[in-house]
Amino acid sequence: MTSDIRIAPRSPLPGSGAVARLACAAVQPILSRVVRRIAAGHPSLFSRLGPHQGTDFVIDPVDLPFALHLRPDPQALVFRAVPREAAPPAGAVIRGRFLLLLELVDSEEDGDAAFFSRDLEVSGDTEAVVRLRNALDDVDGSIAEETAAMFGAPGRAILARLRRSYATDTKRI
Amino acid sequence: MAVKTMTKLTLGPIAYHWSADKRRDFYARIADEAPVDEVYLGEVICSKRAPFHEADLPETIERLERAGKAVIVSTLAEVMLKRERKATQDIAAMDSPEIEVNNAAGLFARGKRAHRIGPFMNAYNEATIAWMAGQGATHVCLPAELPGAAIAVAAQAARDLGLGVEVQVFGRASLAVSARCYHARAHGRTKDNCQFVCEEDPDGMPLRTRDAQPILRVNGIQTQSESYLDLLPETARLVADGVTHLRLMPQAVDMVAVARVFRDALDGHVPTGEAEGRLAALTGDTGLSNGFYHGAAGYRRIAAAAPN
Amino acid sequence: MSLAELICPAGTPAALRTAVDAGADAVYCGFQDATNARNFPGLNFTPDELAEAVVYAHAKGTKVLLALNTYPPAGKVDLWRQAADLGARLGVDAFIVADMGVADYIARAHPQMRLHLSVQAAASSPEAIRYYCENFGVKRVVLPRILTIPEIRQIRKEIPCEIETFIFGNHGLMVEGRCSLTNYLTGQSTNMDGVCSPASDVEYIRDPDGSMSSKLAGFTIDRFGADEMAGYPTICKGRYTAPNRPEGYYAFEEPVSLNLSRLLPELIDAGVHAFKIEGRQRSKSYVRGVVTAFRAAVDDIRAGRQANIADLVALTEGQKQTQGAFGTKKWR
Repeated sequence: MTSDIRIAPRSPLPGSGAVARLACAAVQPILSRVVRRIAAGHPSLFSRLGPHQGTDFVIDPVDLPFALHLRPDPQALVFRAVPREAAPPAGAVIRGRFLLLLELVDSEEDGDAAFFSRDLEVSGDTEAVVRLRNALDDVDGSIAEETAAMFGAPGRAILARLRRSYATDTKRI
Repeated sequence: MAVKTMTKLTLGPIAYHWSADKRRDFYARIADEAPVDEVYLGEVICSKRAPFHEADLPETIERLERAGKAVIVSTLAEVMLKRERKATQDIAAMDSPEIEVNNAAGLFARGKRAHRIGPFMNAYNEATIAWMAGQGATHVCLPAELPGAAIAVAAQAARDLGLGVEVQVFGRASLAVSARCYHARAHGRTKDNCQFVCEEDPDGMPLRTRDAQPILRVNGIQTQSESYLDLLPETARLVADGVTHLRLMPQAVDMVAVARVFRDALDGHVPTGEAEGRLAALTGDTGLSNGFYHGAAGYRRIAAAAPN
Repeated sequence: MSLAELICPAGTPAALRTAVDAGADAVYCGFQDATNARNFPGLNFTPDELAEAVVYAHAKGTKVLLALNTYPPAGKVDLWRQAADLGARLGVDAFIVADMGVADYIARAHPQMRLHLSVQAAASSPEAIRYYCENFGVKRVVLPRILTIPEIRQIRKEIPCEIETFIFGNHGLMVEGRCSLTNYLTGQSTNMDGVCSPASDVEYIRDPDGSMSSKLAGFTIDRFGADEMAGYPTICKGRYTAPNRPEGYYAFEEPVSLNLSRLLPELIDAGVHAFKIEGRQRSKSYVRGVVTAFRAAVDDIRAGRQANIADLVALTEGQKQTQGAFGTKKWR
């Protein structure tokens, strides 16, 4: 049931090879900080992942010039931005527009509606994804908020704007 | 290894909406020709069907008992409507023959008077069986999905309490019951105005997946396995583990011949391989499965580990 | 005992705190094992988490109900007994049970503990309910979702215990506690393992034309066109073909969600003591939204005001609501 899958290279931006590498380099320090902070603050998150602590997750925000590779192994945590064509073989891939993915880690919004709406694509090991979702949900407050707060008032303001964006953008039922 | 021939073969209650005529013919053949020891009668699935055949009950009982078969009357699995509660109470009030209870409403009406526990009562474990024995149960039919290791523990516990233990070894497994009638639904109706469309499917209405794979059968409010359970190769193990009764569920095949195959295998007259061959010839295209017993997906057919 | 209690789902400690903070009268939860019917990967409570949860909830006047509502297979009953012993030690307010052996054990070993009868016991007649009340001291029955309001009114007169009904959430249609569909396809059991259409057996297959199949254990449970909403491959919510339905149809039920908000006043009037919101596997956001809305509605009704329920359609799977059997008998 768990076979590694590769994500199809997809680059909506022109000159994406160079853009992607540049973007990855730019966000990487932020991602490292974020994941270390979350790991330190929420140890129960890892136990909920169970055997999937060692699974490679690729989170693909289709409208950004890179993908995210997550391996939530508390002993060897990986959370990095990668150009799509360089993404590793993954146990599970979660693909969707950035705002939708944000919705899943922001408990202000209900991720299930996103999941059911087909705007979110899940491939590979469904159990890994369910565990990740349950693990992320068992966090007081919101990971998105916590992450935004790491960047102070500007971070919180950006999150607020993003929330308004996906409130209008995705609630079109 | 010869198996004790004291093991009883039973015929479960007809799950489908067979006409009164069809039932009369069926039970006449069973009485005259089938090497079964006990026969369960009664309507278990849908109270709307009962009026069609309940008038024949006394005569059928008499016919079967005259032929040396013990008779047990089974109660409804789902009890909700007034007529269902009344039907259950009426059966619970009977002094004879034995009754098999499939719903807690029946247990309530029966009190501590002797009764059998049907497969719908969810007797999954020794604690529940002990409780039920204390309330007058004399016999328990285990749920079809119970794996072999659990059957062994349950059977031992039941035997220690002096109860008979029954396991279904042939026929479709009951996978779910509901208040909604899925037969009616398939024809755009509800249970109230079903027009008894379930009569059209004497072996259940076949459901396939959207890529044409047979998967389940619909029988009124009941959902069944597509495959027939076939625990013929496992009967020796079942008996060794303490099971006293092996249930054959009536399907739209020659049930007399099916009973003969099981009886011959039980009595050691026919090796397992040959018996399985005869069974396959009788069941045609319908798949045979034993997954539940082996702790695997119910639809699977697990090859025997060591031949008998 | 307060009238019209809201019984709210707690799949994780964070969800429990969310429900408590949103005004739940009680929360229900389970351990991370087969003893409860939502044994999903990564969900539920460790013993330490339950201990903390009880403290948190009780400090805010909220009760904690422990679900032990699956059926132990023979040879494994100790797991359920130990779970009950632990729950009693941690001070939960009630156990939700289905198996008679489990009910009997708790009634004898922990006679002071309150027993609620799970919908998994499928007790849908006064006689069945009274069997559990008289033999095990059950104080509350969670009615199967299949009764109409007049039937609830009638049952109320004939049973000695309290009534709890579902008011919102995933519409379970098979009589709970008798379903082995999942075991038939996957080898994991709903009744014994507490799983239903488990994620470990789920696959989504996409075709180049944009359509998608959802599969369970290799069986196609449904197919969706490029523009169609997708669903999780729950067996009883799939589409199948029948001889007279070659086009494929929802053979059992469409993926709808129960929403009885409009019937709240009538249900309270019919004698229902508690309202259960389904969704231990749903997100905190769902819990917060649904509990808050129903809290406001119940408070309004109890104060004699008109209840105003915000539209919760978007939170439901398949984006459709139903009032199920509660509104009309046509559902059957």
